Amino acid sequence: MLTAEDKKLIQQVWGKLGGAEEEVGAEALWRMFCSYPPTKTYFPHFDLSQGSDQIRGHGKKVACALGNAIKNLDNLSQALSELSNLHAYNLRWGRGGCSGGANPRFALQFLAQCLQVVLATRLGKDYTPEVHSAVDKFMSAVASVLAEKYR
Amino acid sequence: SLPRLLIVYPWTQRFFSNFGNLSSPTAILGNPMIRAHGKKVLTSFGEAVKNLDDIKGTFSKLSELHCEKLHVDPENFRLLGDILVIVLASHFGKDFTPACQFAWQKLVGVVAHALARKYH
Repeated sequence: MLTAEDKKLIQQVWGKLGGAEEEVGAEALWRMFCSYPPTKTYFPHFDLSQGSDQIRGHGKKVACALGNAIKNLDNLSQALSELSNLHAYNLRWGRGGCSGGANPRFALQFLAQCLQVVLATRLGKDYTPEVHSAVDKFMSAVASVLAEKYR
Repeated sequence: SLPRLLIVYPWTQRFFSNFGNLSSPTAILGNPMIRAHGKKVLTSFGEAVKNLDDIKGTFSKLSELHCEKLHVDPENFRLLGDILVIVLASHFGKDFTPACQFAWQKLVGVVAHALARKYH
């Protein structure tokens, strides 16, 4: 459960990105595709080369969704409800006739790890254990909400 | 990385109950026994880096220790590995490139696997 302090730290961290949120989203996705190649199976319809428009576009969407979630930490379930439906449908049935199969929760965990790596590279020592803990809890909560509708 | 593990995943503190004061992040970060143990853990990782062709051999005894004496669920090795990657990222900034992360994620995975290997 996110404490008041966690929520404050999460909002502060996001605030420190100073407009680079979309880049952060795209980089997190790119790192996920690099470090966890099986996650690419969820995007058979994308150009997955580095810096592709589709990765940038999707990274921007991810960043916006996270930004919105961060503004609504008291009601994550509601804030992410539409996305939950969308992910459940797309990840379950796939798009373009191709599905990643397996448990999509793992993909979200990998994205969470990569997002943390991106934040850590940008914040350096400001990515303290307390901040790390708060972001970790937040991403767990996001993954839980998104996975709610899988079955 | 070790203090971070105890802060981010507090249930791991149960393995360090005789290490003194773990009551808050500040206490954990300042705890000399935790720091000393963190150093041991990272030194082990260093051994892995020096023996990349025989990681299983390098961790064979440690695997037995973590299973038979310490009773640590191997899932925690994966958690520590992920934390180590994040600590490296915060340390090296953009030099911790995606390619670098990939190599390290693989390494921490192999180490976690090697540590879990002797479990029975």
